[in-house]
Amino acid sequence: MRAGAIHYFAYPITPQTEVAEYLARRMPEVGGVFLQAESEVAASNMIFGAASAGVRVFTTSSSPGISLMSEAMSYIAAAELPAVFVNIVRNGPGLGGILPSQGDYFQATRGGGHGDYRLLVLAPSSVQETVEHVMLAFDLADKYRNPVMVLGDGLIGQMMEPVDFSSVPTPHPPDKSSWATTGCKSRKPYLIKTLFLDPQQSEEHNRKLAAKYDEMRKHEVRFEKYNIDNDCKVVIVAFGTAARVCKTAVDELKRNGLRVGLFRPISLFPFPYEPLHEISETGTVHALLVVEMNTGQMIDDVRLAVADRKPIAFYGRQGGMVPSPEEVLGEIHQLI
Amino acid sequence: MASNLIFQCPDSMTDAITHYCPGCTHGIIHRLVAETLDELGLRERTVGVAPVGCSVLAYNYFNCDFLEAAHGRAPAFATGLKRARPDLIVFTYQGDGDLASIGTAEIIHAANRGEKFTTIFVNNAIYGMTGGQMAPTTLPGQVTTTSPFGRDVQTCGYPIRVRELLSALRTPAYIARVAVHTPRHVIEAKKAVRKAFQYQVQGRCFSLVEVLSTCPTNWGMTPIESTQWVQDNMVPYFPLGELKVPEEE
Amino acid sequence: MQIEVKFAGFGGQGILSAGKFLAEAGLHEGKEVVWIPSYGPEMRGGTAYCTVVVSDHAIGSPVINNPAHLIAMNRPSLEKFAPTVKPKGIIIVNCSLIPITSNRTDVTEVLVPCNQVAIELGNPKGANMVALGAYAACSKVVALDVLEAIVRHEFEKKPAFIDENIAALRRGAEIAVEKVESLR
Ligand SMILES: Cc1ncc(C[n+]2csc(CCOP(=O)(O)OP(=O)(O)O)c2C)c(N)n1
Ligand code: SF4
Repeated sequence: MRAGAIHYFAYPITPQTEVAEYLARRMPEVGGVFLQAESEVAASNMIFGAASAGVRVFTTSSSPGISLMSEAMSYIAAAELPAVFVNIVRNGPGLGGILPSQGDYFQATRGGGHGDYRLLVLAPSSVQETVEHVMLAFDLADKYRNPVMVLGDGLIGQMMEPVDFSSVPTPHPPDKSSWATTGCKSRKPYLIKTLFLDPQQSEEHNRKLAAKYDEMRKHEVRFEKYNIDNDCKVVIVAFGTAARVCKTAVDELKRNGLRVGLFRPISLFPFPYEPLHEISETGTVHALLVVEMNTGQMIDDVRLAVADRKPIAFYGRQGGMVPSPEEVLGEIHQLI
Repeated sequence: MASNLIFQCPDSMTDAITHYCPGCTHGIIHRLVAETLDELGLRERTVGVAPVGCSVLAYNYFNCDFLEAAHGRAPAFATGLKRARPDLIVFTYQGDGDLASIGTAEIIHAANRGEKFTTIFVNNAIYGMTGGQMAPTTLPGQVTTTSPFGRDVQTCGYPIRVRELLSALRTPAYIARVAVHTPRHVIEAKKAVRKAFQYQVQGRCFSLVEVLSTCPTNWGMTPIESTQWVQDNMVPYFPLGELKVPEEE
Repeated sequence: MQIEVKFAGFGGQGILSAGKFLAEAGLHEGKEVVWIPSYGPEMRGGTAYCTVVVSDHAIGSPVINNPAHLIAMNRPSLEKFAPTVKPKGIIIVNCSLIPITSNRTDVTEVLVPCNQVAIELGNPKGANMVALGAYAACSKVVALDVLEAIVRHEFEKKPAFIDENIAALRRGAEIAVEKVESLR
């Protein structure tokens, strides 16, 4: 709401229904819209509609719900509209469970819906960062006219931490009068569409979108380096909650004089390939350890970054289990 | 002294202790279905389809084959199953969020195609499993976590009467609404459930029994208060009885 | 310094809110805090627990397998979590409902009849507050008067609850201090 987003459409699903419950109360107080849709399919298409009107609009859901929203995401990306989707990932596949997971990495970074499109994906690892990312997500969505996803997990969705709002920059919604369909009074009518039957036009449209994704790759790469210096022996790569767990492990190793650093991708699309490549090329680094709450998804991107020049180990927990710092330490000791 | 056995667990139910909250009538409804399967001798050729909702774990309590559908999709699952094996007895067991919100399309089309399976529709006017959000059957003015000021019919419309909605379809079907908040209502409910399965056994039509149920936990009431609430608030809005019966051949 | 405490009991015992009060008190004292609930499909009657981490520095892993302290409000919680408590830790046992002890010799175990005390105070739902007061007094993780301020703030809109909950906190603290003295 601080981002000027007062239109919200959603369908209840654990572990993030608290957002809907809060907004059900708050939105009427600020003259906004809270609507519980009949399904995620409907909610996401309501997002599509509201985005066409040029308002800042968002939804929150969790994995099975996000699957149902994938259709609309594909359309919204094709129609080049800004919208923010928050996915508080739970363990899958199928109905799975309601506990924290990172099993939706592929779904988020490789599309999820049909067609050749990308979501800009941000992965916070604390409640503070979630707030910052949601704010940023609206600006990025507007800047690129593309759906942006904030990818959390059940732990981030359920835990409470102090949040400092004063450090969060106020976003600035841009003027959307050049495309928003708000009635054609004193201008020519606008059309928002995704059907391109003519192959040439369709190819042109695909290339236009691709150029936009290239721009994102140039300007929107975000990551954190933690305890990474010139004499690092092992580099852990992890995002979100897993990264946070790894930080505790890194601190512990540091106390014991072991030089292990953490590389935390913050933007999952665009993935920070180059910075990670550079680090992996450091002479002292002799191995990388990827830690995820899935059976190995981001590791594909890490492989692309490292290009087979260093061995990459993997440690994952699934089914709602969160790796503990002790487990990560165990893995590191095997590598050192 | 010889003793007579007058009450026992139906064969179609397991011994498991249910996870339902005290005063929740999901358990009674399970029992009515299980007794019917026993009485009609259907257990061994029945497949149940569980929804996503509090009754997602129904398969722990029914002693017959079961499968778990995606949220709202049980009627489509059941259609596939029954079309593949018309000799099976297939039933879906669905809550109001599952059937009347996310799964509206599936139930309408299954009923309209006259799929020969049975749906037990548990209407408790709220989302139980996810912690008390508004359902399509939430009553006007009823407070839930997503209608904190009471359901506003201006923005949310009126509660959907599923029995009436589906009865408007031209395709023959058996469609009834019952309740289970008093012993008398339970007896009536049993009759309707039995009829619904009988129509399926005869291969006659789609059948659906809407059961008014309680959710003391999310209504914020004691079990006794909640049965009274069904009588005072739900029954007047959701009238009981059969609304659609296939014509005699 | 980082302290992790697990509050555990069954749903309806006010476990999550007691944890929240502690977290807020920590925040009020300028510490870093995290509050993590257990969440599951059981709406009621199941086990409920939450973990609160209070620290002087940024909190890394929010996943705590071995807490420093435990407040066990029912027997299954004590049986399940007592073995996980770090050596030299503190275990508060609600002896109104738990007829056993942890059998650990390397921790400070304090038996507090939380439900009984709450009933005596005429506030049967205040057992969680008795436990919280006892815990604060034993652990000194947060000051009792800060907790009291949090209670005042939390119940601002229901002033009737303020005094009775503060009384429960204080009584819990007194009992704990007596017990700890007697252990010495
Ligand atoms: C696609 C998808 N969206 C949302 C959910 C979350 N969800 C689980 S159960 C449920 C509603 C349950 O309510 P109802 O059908 O009325 O059954 P009850 O629990 O009241 O018996 C919802 C929204 C889900 N599992 N899958
Ligand atoms: S939450 Fe409601 S519907 Fe679910 S088991 Fe409890 S009382 Fe029944």
